[in-house]
Amino acid sequence: MQSRFPGRLLPYLLLSPSVVIVIVFLIIPSIQSLYYSFFRVSPFGDRLVYVAFDNFIKLLNPDYLNSFIVTLVFTGAIVVIGLAVCLALALVANQKVAGIGLYRTALIWPYALSPAVAGTIWALVFDPSTGAFSYFISLVSGTMPNWRTNGTFAVVVITLAAMWKMVGYNVIFFLAGLQTIPRELIEASEIDGAGALTRFLKITFPLLSPMTLFLLIMNTLYGFFQVFGLIDVMTEGGPARATEVLVYKLYYDGFISLKTGYASAQSIVLFVFVAGLTLLQFRFAKRWVFYQ
Amino acid sequence: MNRNRFFHFLVHLVLITSIVIIAFPVFYAFIVSTQSFQDVFVYPPKFTPGTDTIQNYVAAWKTVKMGRLLFNSAFISVAVAVGKIALSLMAAFAFTYFGDFRGKGLFFVIILITHMLPLPIRIVPTFELMRNFHWVDTYYALTIPFFASATGVLLFRQLFLTVPGSLCDAARVDGITPMGFLMRILVPLSKTNISALFLIEFLYMWNQYLWPLVITNRDEMRVVQIGIKMLLAGQAQAADWNIIMAGTILAMLPPLIILFVMQSSLVKGFSMQEEK
Repeated sequence: MQSRFPGRLLPYLLLSPSVVIVIVFLIIPSIQSLYYSFFRVSPFGDRLVYVAFDNFIKLLNPDYLNSFIVTLVFTGAIVVIGLAVCLALALVANQKVAGIGLYRTALIWPYALSPAVAGTIWALVFDPSTGAFSYFISLVSGTMPNWRTNGTFAVVVITLAAMWKMVGYNVIFFLAGLQTIPRELIEASEIDGAGALTRFLKITFPLLSPMTLFLLIMNTLYGFFQVFGLIDVMTEGGPARATEVLVYKLYYDGFISLKTGYASAQSIVLFVFVAGLTLLQFRFAKRWVFYQ
Repeated sequence: MNRNRFFHFLVHLVLITSIVIIAFPVFYAFIVSTQSFQDVFVYPPKFTPGTDTIQNYVAAWKTVKMGRLLFNSAFISVAVAVGKIALSLMAAFAFTYFGDFRGKGLFFVIILITHMLPLPIRIVPTFELMRNFHWVDTYYALTIPFFASATGVLLFRQLFLTVPGSLCDAARVDGITPMGFLMRILVPLSKTNISALFLIEFLYMWNQYLWPLVITNRDEMRVVQIGIKMLLAGQAQAADWNIIMAGTILAMLPPLIILFVMQSSLVKGFSMQEEK
């Protein structure tokens, strides 16, 4: 139990800046998004026509469904492949060998790179005519698909760039999680003669599961929301909408085509999605704090 | 013994290979930023530094007002990090050191709800709000909507709950005011977490792209992330990769330097996190 200060007004004064900002810039605009999703709004926002669920029904068209599938595939790859690779890396970096501190630093620095920077650099290394990776691939395979015209390959390149940027973040958290596992537990099982694989499956992985769930949620949110810069820099959603993820489509419909109502309906879909993930987070991993 | 040695060798090998693979794109980007336009387009690609380093960086600097963009990014990142830390310290203090004042639970929920409302969900109405405030192309629009932080509030609240009550009692006997207790006792105690949070929020803000893209039009108000896109978009058929990469390296250096300088606090801040 915390010792307390008396004071009636002070706690309100202390909380008011945070609460005012959340209400003005987060809660009210979100409610407005919901409101707009039932209207057709003229491009300058001066006329509203009530259209009931029309904006939501329009979500069933092929363009939006395409965005939905692209987002799921892209995010699924980041979560499954990205997390598996990063966990393997963290397990190796958790070994006690000489110079391990230096190794860890050399692994986590991509955390500081932005999606836009990652996108530009990967656009260079995969540049069809001059890129280093394009060159390596054509050395090995003899041909080089062009991701600027080949949609499937564009998704692959975007996914690689996005995963690469998250390595630092994932390794930091996996390492932090691994360091909470009691040494005695590992040593006891070694004495009992458990092999490395058994140890990993029976001890390390279960004890790491809250961290894995946390990273799963953070990487899903990253795949859904934070790759806008990467995609805008690399493909602008193309070629032929192959990389048009949900956030890109929302931006395009809301700010380029100026279809406010339709974009708002898309916001609501994203909200349902985030709300679900957040509840999952609070339900299963109460002790982990969110990091943006 | 021998097996152990082999294992260590394997660990080194895997780590070095991974680090080289991870670092390669940035290394290559840097190499390209030093090459001449002709060097960039030879086949096979050259992996050796060129001679045009200074020219490229000067060209990138001039093409998109890089100095101004870097200043804008630095300014808004520091402002948001400091603002978030100050507001979350105040809020966490209110939640932990005052009795059950009216509305406490509701306020807590309101602050936590920020997790459920990332920017894309409210971007169209928030943009309109900015237009009504006449905040388009201002630092207000680039910073104030980011000031609230559920992460910070939760982080400091957890930390304050572990501070022994006797400390507060002793301070009160000495006649300290609540704000004095916050500033002179709790803030120094939270130093590690404050620097970890500063680093996280600085990087978060520095790397913002969508909101600065939407809310700024004038070149003077753009941030360095948008500057990269402006360099890319200024190209016709063959991209001046050397100049684009010079701009990209400039955009990634400040956050990298800050990460290296503050790295230890990041790890400490995180490990404090897991103990409870």
